[in-house]
Amino acid sequence: MSGFFETSVFFGVLITLLSYGIGVWLKKKLKSPLFNPLLIAIVMTILFLLLFRIDYGIYNEGAKYISFLLTPATVCLAVPLYEQFELRKKNYRAVLAGIISGVLTSLCSIFILAGLFRLDHASYVTLLPKSITTAIGMGVSEELGGYVPVTVAVIIVTGVLGNMIAETVCRIFRIHEPVAKGIAIGTASHAVGTAKAMELGQVEGAMSSLSIVVSGILTVIGANIFARFW
Amino acid sequence: MKYIRQFGIILFISFIGEILHELLPLPIPASIYGIVLLFLCLELKMIPVSSVKEASGFLIEIMPVMFIPAAVGLIDSWQTIREAWVSYVVITAVSTVAVMAVSGRAVQAVMKRSKKKEEEG
Repeated sequence: MSGFFETSVFFGVLITLLSYGIGVWLKKKLKSPLFNPLLIAIVMTILFLLLFRIDYGIYNEGAKYISFLLTPATVCLAVPLYEQFELRKKNYRAVLAGIISGVLTSLCSIFILAGLFRLDHASYVTLLPKSITTAIGMGVSEELGGYVPVTVAVIIVTGVLGNMIAETVCRIFRIHEPVAKGIAIGTASHAVGTAKAMELGQVEGAMSSLSIVVSGILTVIGANIFARFW
Repeated sequence: MKYIRQFGIILFISFIGEILHELLPLPIPASIYGIVLLFLCLELKMIPVSSVKEASGFLIEIMPVMFIPAAVGLIDSWQTIREAWVSYVVITAVSTVAVMAVSGRAVQAVMKRSKKKEEEG
């Protein structure tokens, strides 16, 4: 059986799409942020490979064609960025202050905690891009010598967590301005968190997706500096 | 034909991003050069939004699927983090809450200040 899998190019693509499809379906049925389609798809694909004893290399033989689209798709993030830029030039000072302080908080907290837990350099740089969108975070982790798959997992967990706790955190810290909520959610938990921001309102959603790109770019610069500290 | 043209523009910008990544000695992913480049082209009206709108919308929509193959690589790299996984979880949780609180409060603080200035002046 596995002899066939080794020669099939479509197998990896198919299992990926199939597990994502099931993830989307489950999310629609159960309506809980815990059932993040991406998270479900990853877990299911891993379980499938383990169950049938298929090597990651064999799976990736086909799946790598999906990853091929990642760079062009990331480039496309410029389009919503442009559209919201036009829309929201008014609050730009507050927006920038929020995103910059958020990015610095992220890098500093990871630096301090990685020191406390005595992580090695590779683990530290693996965590540095954890709050930004997977597309950019993967690139940062790779450039700095981190474990890319671990970075992807940590980023997704961050997103799901942000999505789940956004409302509670905003209430506890008395963040009630829609603009502030959007920036907070997007800077802390990228696209998965943005899904929650879009549920809260249009301004929240737009601000959140703006911060995905801006915090992503700022983190590229910041992580390169912070990587030298540990 | 419309989609092919749109996808072509996006691929062309990605390609220039890759060239910049190769030529410049900076640890910046090709996709970041691409984002900045496309943003500038849109801002300077060199490319109208309408000529990338549909293809970019499609690519962004299916983006989550593109993360799956990399994340499934955890199968192979699990060994390397197995001993430290608790610290990974703690760091992730603590820093996510911290970032959300700080950046939200910062936005509100600046908005309040500029509102005050408006009222005074």
